[in-house]
Amino acid sequence: MVQRLDYLKETPSQTAGPYVHIGLTPNALGNPGIYPEDLGRSPIRDGAKGERIVITGRVIDGAGMILRDALFESWQADADGIYPANDPRGQADPAVTGWARVAADFDSGIWRLETIKPGRVPFPDGRLMAPHIAIWLVARGINLGLQTRIYFEDEAEANAVCPVLNRIEHVERRLTLLARKTAPGTYSLDFRLQGEGETVFFDM
Amino acid sequence: MTLSNSVDRGPLFFRDRDWHPAAYTPGYKTSMTRAPQRALVALGSTLSEETGPAFGQSMIGALDNNLVMNFTGQPAVGERIIMHGRVLDEQGRGVPNVLVEMWQANAGGRYRHKKDGYLAPLDPNFGGCGRTLTGPDGSYEFLTIRPGAYPWPNHVNNWRPMHIHWSVFGSGFGQRLITQNYFQGDPLIDLCPIVNTIGKKEAIDMLVAALDMNRAIPMDCLAYKFDIVLRGRRQSFFENRKEGM
Ligand SMILES: [Fe+3]
Repeated sequence: MVQRLDYLKETPSQTAGPYVHIGLTPNALGNPGIYPEDLGRSPIRDGAKGERIVITGRVIDGAGMILRDALFESWQADADGIYPANDPRGQADPAVTGWARVAADFDSGIWRLETIKPGRVPFPDGRLMAPHIAIWLVARGINLGLQTRIYFEDEAEANAVCPVLNRIEHVERRLTLLARKTAPGTYSLDFRLQGEGETVFFDM
Repeated sequence: MTLSNSVDRGPLFFRDRDWHPAAYTPGYKTSMTRAPQRALVALGSTLSEETGPAFGQSMIGALDNNLVMNFTGQPAVGERIIMHGRVLDEQGRGVPNVLVEMWQANAGGRYRHKKDGYLAPLDPNFGGCGRTLTGPDGSYEFLTIRPGAYPWPNHVNNWRPMHIHWSVFGSGFGQRLITQNYFQGDPLIDLCPIVNTIGKKEAIDMLVAALDMNRAIPMDCLAYKFDIVLRGRRQSFFENRKEGM
C-alpha cells in the first residue's frame, strides 16, 4: 500500500439541456422579473480601448442542422493583452469586462458578439499567442462543455507563430478557428460540431 | 466585475475525460449529431484558461437564492427544500466568491420555457432560477421547491429523475462547469440515459445530493447537501513563472 493522494474528483458534467436559458439568460428568454438584467450581455463598456469588432456565426451539427438552443460564453483580454480579472500581470482596461454570454437566436440560430479585438497574451513559455477569444460552448446533446477559440484571419503574422495554433497538426484544421473578415470590423465564423469542417476543440 | 489578487493562479489540473461523460453517447440520442468526432487538441492550460471573470456581491439581489419567493413574492407550490453545499477544488479547498447559478422544473416537472409543452401546469409563483456567490469557505445555499420528474422524448417512456441544473464558475475560465444534481433515493436515477452518459458509478454518485436532516428546519423545510468540485490547480515550486509572463 501507499499513502493516499487525497485528491477529490471533479464533479462530472451533465448536459446543459434544452432549457439552459431559464437559468443563464432568463430575460432574453422572456422570463423577466427575477434578475434586473441578464449577465454577460457585453464584454466591453463605452470607452473600451481597441478596435471595435462584430463577430457573427452559427453552430451547426453533424447533420447540417443549425442549433437554435446553443449558448456559449467568451473570455478575452483587453487590447493590450491583459485579462480583466485574476490576471497576475496587472490591471486591465476598466472598460473591458472580457466575459460575455451569447445565445444563438431562437429562430435563426445566428449568434452575434460585439467586442474589441483582444491583444496578444503570452503562452506559459513566454511566446506570444495570437489574438484570440476563448469560447466555452454548451447545448442540449453536448455532455461536457466544448472549449474552442476564435482567432482572426487578418492576424496572419501572429497566427503563424501562435504556439496553440501550431499545436494543431493538420494545418487545414487551423482554418476552422479563424474568423473571416467580411467587412471592416466585421467577422464571420461558424462552429461545426461534427463532420466536414469540424471545429477544433481543445482539452486544455 | 472586480480584480481579485488573492486567487490561485497555477496551471489547471488536467481533466479526467474518462470520469466525465463521453461526447458520443447513443443512449442519449441528441449527442449523436452534436459530438465532435476528431480528437480534442490537448495541451496545458494557458492564461486564457487560468484567468476568468470575477463577480461581485453587488450584482446579487436579496432573493436571488430563494426560488420559493423570487418570482412574484408569493410562495411557490411544492416540497420546500434547502439545497446547500460547498464549491471545492480537487485539492479539497473551498472556492470563495464564485458565481453559482441553478435552474429547474417546478414541483410538477414543468419548466417555465416556451418550448416545454408538458401537461403539468406552470406554477404562477415559480420562475425556476436562482444564483448566489459562494462564501469565504466556498459554501452556498438556496431555498427552493423540489423539482418534479418529467418525461422527455428520447426512447419511448424516458423520464428524467428529479434534478436541478447547476452552472458554476471557478477563478479560471477553464474550470467552467455545468452539471445536474439528483436526489437520494430516486428510483429514476438508474434508468436515465442522461445520467448514464457517465460511465462510472462513483462518478454518478457525486451527483446524488444527500438528505441532510441536520440542515432541515423543523416544521418548515427539508435539506439536501450537494458539494461541487472544480478542477484543481498545480502549485509547483519548480515551475513558478517569471514576473510578466
Ligand atoms: Fe432538466
